Amino acid sequence: MSETPAAIEVSALCKRYGDYEAVRGIDITVQRGEVFGLLGPNGAGKTTTVEILEGYRARTSGEVSVLGQDPANRSIELRRRIGIVLQSGGIYSHITPREALRHWASFYPHPRDVEEVLDLAGLREKADVRSRRLSGGQLRRLDFALALVGDPELIFLDEPTTGFDPEARRAAWETVRSLRELGKTILLTTHYLEEAQALADRVAIVKDGRILAIGPPRELGVGAAHYRVVYRGRDGELVELQTDDPTRLLHELAGEALERGESLQELSVARPTLEDVYLELTADA
Amino acid sequence: MPETLALSWRQYRLERRMFWRNPSAAFFNFVLPLLFLAAGGAILSGSQRDLNKLVPAIAGMSVMSTTFTALAYNIVFLRERGVLKRIRGTPLPTISYFGGVAANAVTNTALQIVIVVAAGRLIFGIGWPPHVATLIVFVLVGVVCFAALGVAFAHAIPNFESTAAYVNAVFLPVVFVSFYVFDSSSAPGFVRTIADALPLTPLIEGLSSAMVAGAHTPSHLDALAVIGLWGVFGLYFAVRGFSWEQSRT
Repeated sequence: MSETPAAIEVSALCKRYGDYEAVRGIDITVQRGEVFGLLGPNGAGKTTTVEILEGYRARTSGEVSVLGQDPANRSIELRRRIGIVLQSGGIYSHITPREALRHWASFYPHPRDVEEVLDLAGLREKADVRSRRLSGGQLRRLDFALALVGDPELIFLDEPTTGFDPEARRAAWETVRSLRELGKTILLTTHYLEEAQALADRVAIVKDGRILAIGPPRELGVGAAHYRVVYRGRDGELVELQTDDPTRLLHELAGEALERGESLQELSVARPTLEDVYLELTADA
Repeated sequence: MPETLALSWRQYRLERRMFWRNPSAAFFNFVLPLLFLAAGGAILSGSQRDLNKLVPAIAGMSVMSTTFTALAYNIVFLRERGVLKRIRGTPLPTISYFGGVAANAVTNTALQIVIVVAAGRLIFGIGWPPHVATLIVFVLVGVVCFAALGVAFAHAIPNFESTAAYVNAVFLPVVFVSFYVFDSSSAPGFVRTIADALPLTPLIEGLSSAMVAGAHTPSHLDALAVIGLWGVFGLYFAVRGFSWEQSRT
């Protein structure tokens, strides 16, 4: 490892809104080229933290460095090197993705090729459609495209796939992975466990403005949370099984039931939730 | 600095393109004042004296609608939709952004004034403006004043749904009282005092002296001073109160 400074360094970060403490002492370091995830439920302080790093909000106390600079200074030089995907950011209704990208590209000293970004974001077919006619998923892809067109070193993704269907989520994940391969540093927030597992090199689990645990997803007990399969058995009792491989378990259960000429009453499959992880984390403590 | 200007120019071009693509904006800017002009012209067609009053009054209203009204609408819309927040996260300098937005408003006002002047000449027989320089000075000072007030006022509007109510609650009374006092020499004293303290009456009087040959000319300096004071007030609150994003409450 060379001596290049970390992309993001945060220590003892606090943010207070009146009496409410949104962030209560967060410490994180994100290395260059790393994909770092902030995982937590709504209201955990993820967005507040990210918006302090992006330069939108002033911190109450603590030290923050983004690419070696204090984002509170809002220097144009820093903003040329970062790309931001907001949790919800609008775009002009009456221009097309291609026009928006051309305009955004003009803000940056070394922008990426607009056509290339249209392809990367999967907007080729909608390049000349006015944004008011784009679907929610297409607008989200435009969010990505606008954040990437300046060819930033560091990219903030605030809940990039909330509201996506599974297919769109996979596509977004592919985009994030391709950015990682380009050597970009990425800070993403999410409340989806699988998203953090699928994308992040390291994850900080945030709740109530504090970090509960930090590390690679597998080592956090995140991997130890299981799918829960529940059904009503022949004796009328609810049966609950835990598994890492719900496909196989369901195949076996369903096969057995069909052989007996029965059905699995009240069958449900639940993904591991953040709550499960919190329970495990707090149970271990 | 050249880069800041170049980015202003790009923003201006984008604003122009969006303006022409948005039929309702084009309507409010151009068609509405013309409808007022047509309706007023039809009612007052018998009297050249009345027409001489009508045309500068509509010109003054046009300055206010293309700046104050248009900017308040635009800023609130972009703020509530999150467009301003997104722009804030880019390296586009704030001054370049507002340079482009302001230049767009100036263009709309200029087009509107040209239309009103042409209509005055061709339809209402009041001749070309005898004092073009005075006309330009008043239009420019009026634009700065009402544009600043529009941006400042956007801060008081809590959400996009209530924009029309807020804007009209200011726009309509100001237009009515200013038209009334400008037209009627028998307006009650206190109404005249109020109207003279607002920026639209001195603007209309200045435009009138520039547009209508032989119009009664009150002191231009007094008029410009009133408009200028409102402009300074507007600029102060436009800059101080500006918010780039939706309020979180």
